[in-house]
Amino acid sequence: MNPWLKFVSKRLAGLVVVFFAASFLVFSLLYLAPGSPISFLLGNRSGTPEQIAAIRAQYHLDDPFLTRYAAWLGGILHGDLGQSIVYRQDVAALIGARIPTTAALVGYASVIILIVGVAIGLLAALRPGWVDATLRGGMTVALSTPPFVVGVLLILVFALSLGWFPVFGAGRGFADTVWHLTLPALALAGGGAAFLGRITRAATRGELARDHVETARARGLGESRVITRHVVRNALIPVVTVAGLTVASLVAGAVVVESVFAVDGLGSLLVRAILQRDFVVVQALVLLLVVTFIVINTIVDVIYLLVDPRIKA
Amino acid sequence: MSVISPPTGRLEAGPATRRRTPVLAVAARTGRRLGASGTVAAALLAVLVLVAAFAPVIAPFDPTAPDLANALTGPGATHWLGTDALGRDTLSRLIVGSRITLVGPILVIAVSTAAGTALALLAAYAGGRVDMVVSRVLDVLFAVPGIVFALVTVAIAGPGLPGVVIGLSIAYTPYVARVVRSAALRERALPYIDAAWVTGRSGLSICLRHLLPNLAPMIMAQAVSALGLAVVDIAAISFLGLGVQPPATDWGLMVKSGIDTALRGYPTEALAAAVLIAAFVAAITVVSDRLTEQAGELR
Repeated sequence: MNPWLKFVSKRLAGLVVVFFAASFLVFSLLYLAPGSPISFLLGNRSGTPEQIAAIRAQYHLDDPFLTRYAAWLGGILHGDLGQSIVYRQDVAALIGARIPTTAALVGYASVIILIVGVAIGLLAALRPGWVDATLRGGMTVALSTPPFVVGVLLILVFALSLGWFPVFGAGRGFADTVWHLTLPALALAGGGAAFLGRITRAATRGELARDHVETARARGLGESRVITRHVVRNALIPVVTVAGLTVASLVAGAVVVESVFAVDGLGSLLVRAILQRDFVVVQALVLLLVVTFIVINTIVDVIYLLVDPRIKA
Repeated sequence: MSVISPPTGRLEAGPATRRRTPVLAVAARTGRRLGASGTVAAALLAVLVLVAAFAPVIAPFDPTAPDLANALTGPGATHWLGTDALGRDTLSRLIVGSRITLVGPILVIAVSTAAGTALALLAAYAGGRVDMVVSRVLDVLFAVPGIVFALVTVAIAGPGLPGVVIGLSIAYTPYVARVVRSAALRERALPYIDAAWVTGRSGLSICLRHLLPNLAPMIMAQAVSALGLAVVDIAAISFLGLGVQPPATDWGLMVKSGIDTALRGYPTEALAAAVLIAAFVAAITVVSDRLTEQAGELR
C-alpha cells in the first residue's frame, strides 16, 4: 500500500478508537455521580412526569448498560443531543447557536498566535543582544500569566481605564465582532504566542548554526536570501507542529476566556451548565470539546507529514 | 550525584566546607545549582511557603470579618490594599488565600506524580502486553484537555476544591507517566539492571532501589514544571466559581471578586491577586527550567 495512505488510514483508525473510548467515558460519567441517574439528570429539581418520562426514554434507563450506551451514541450520531433541563430546548440548538462565536474567537486567537509568535521568534533569533533579551523576558512573563489573568488585566486597562474596547459581549456583524473579540482573543493568544515564539527562536538559532547555511553564505548569496530560503524554511518544520498543538489547546482555553469577557459561546455555556446542574448539556459539550481536540491533533499529525516529507510514514 | 561547579567558582577545601552549618551548605549548593535568576525565584517561593504557613499570624485583620463602615476603600494606612464591598481587608484575604492557592496544586502534583510514576515503572519494567495496555489507556486520557477533565469531575461532585483536585490529578497522570516511561525504558536497557536481575533481585526491588533513584532528578523537574500548570488550572477554575467556595478564598476567586470592585473604581484587589498569580507561576517556571537543565546534564 502507498505509505501515505497507510499513514492517514492508521491515524483515522486511531481517531475512531479514541472517539469510542472517550464517548464511553463521557457516557459512564452519569453513573459515577451519587444518587440515582434520574435525580442527577434533573439536577435535584423535581421534574414534571413528562420530563421524567422523556429522560427515561432518552437515556433508555430501563435497558441494560451497553444497550443504553449504544442508543445514546446512536442518537448523538444522528444529531439528537437531548433536551436541556434548564433551557427546555434541544441541546443541539443551544450548541449550534454558539459554535460561530467560539469558532470566531479561537480562529482570531490562532491568527494572532501564528503571526505574533513567528514574528517575535524570528526577531529574537536574528537580532541577538538586547532585542533578543527583551523579547525572551517578555515571552517568559507571557508564558507564566494565565489567560484569565491576562483577560482581567486587559479589561482593567483597555476597557475600564482607556475605554477603547467594550468590556463584555461578542458583538454583531463582522466589524463589531472583531472589535468585541479583540481583547478576548489577545487574552487567549498570549501564552500560545509566547510558546510559539520560543520554539521559533530555538529552531531558527539551530538552523543558523548548520553547515548548509555556512555553504550558502560562502557561495555569496545575499543575507536576506540565505535567511528566507535556507534558514526560515527549515526552521518552520517544528514550528508547524507546535502551532497546531497550541491551536488545539485553545479549545480548552476558550472555556475560561469566554467566561472572563461574558462572551456567549460554548465555553461559558459549559460553565453555566455545570453551575445550574444541567448535565445533559455538560455531557454533550464535553464530548464536542474532546472530539474537536482529537480531530485537530490528527490534522496536525497529517500536516506535519506534508511539511516534512523526510519523515517516513 | 556530582555537581559541576562553574569554572569561575572558587575551589573550596574540604575542612572549610565541613565547618559551615549544614543548612548554609545546602543553601549554597542549591544556589550554585539554580543560578542567579533561579535563586531569586526559589527565594520568592520560599517566602510564599512561609507566608502560607503562618498566614493567620501575619494577616493584620480577620479575612472573613465584614466591616461595612469601611467597605470599598482604596489603599490606605490601615488597610494597605483597601477593602472589598463587605469591608474585608484585601491584604489579609490575599495572605490567607495563599494557603489554598498553594495546597491545591501541591496535592494535584503529589497524587499525579505518584500515580504516573508507578504506572510508568510498571509499564517500562514489565514491558510487552502490560506496557501496551497502559500506553493505550494513557492515549485515551490524553484526548481530554486537563481543565475539561476537572470541569467534568466538578459537574459530578459539585463545585468545590475536592472535585477540582480529583479531576486534575487524573488529568495530569498521563503526562507524568509518558515522560517517566520513556526515561525508564532508556534506563532499563542499561546493563546494570540486567546485572541486578541476575543477582536475584525482585522486579519490585529493582524498580524501587535502582530505577526510581536514578530517575528521581527527572521526575522532580517534571513535577515542578507541572506544578506551574496546576496553579494556573486551579486558579482558573476558582475564577469560574467552580473551585474554592466562599467564604474560603484563593487568588483565583479574588481575581473574580476583584472585577466587581474594579467596576466600582477600586482595581487593587483584582490587580494584586492577578500579579501574585503571575509572579508565583513565573517563579515556578524559572526554577523548573533550571531543574530541567540540571536533569539533562546528569544523564
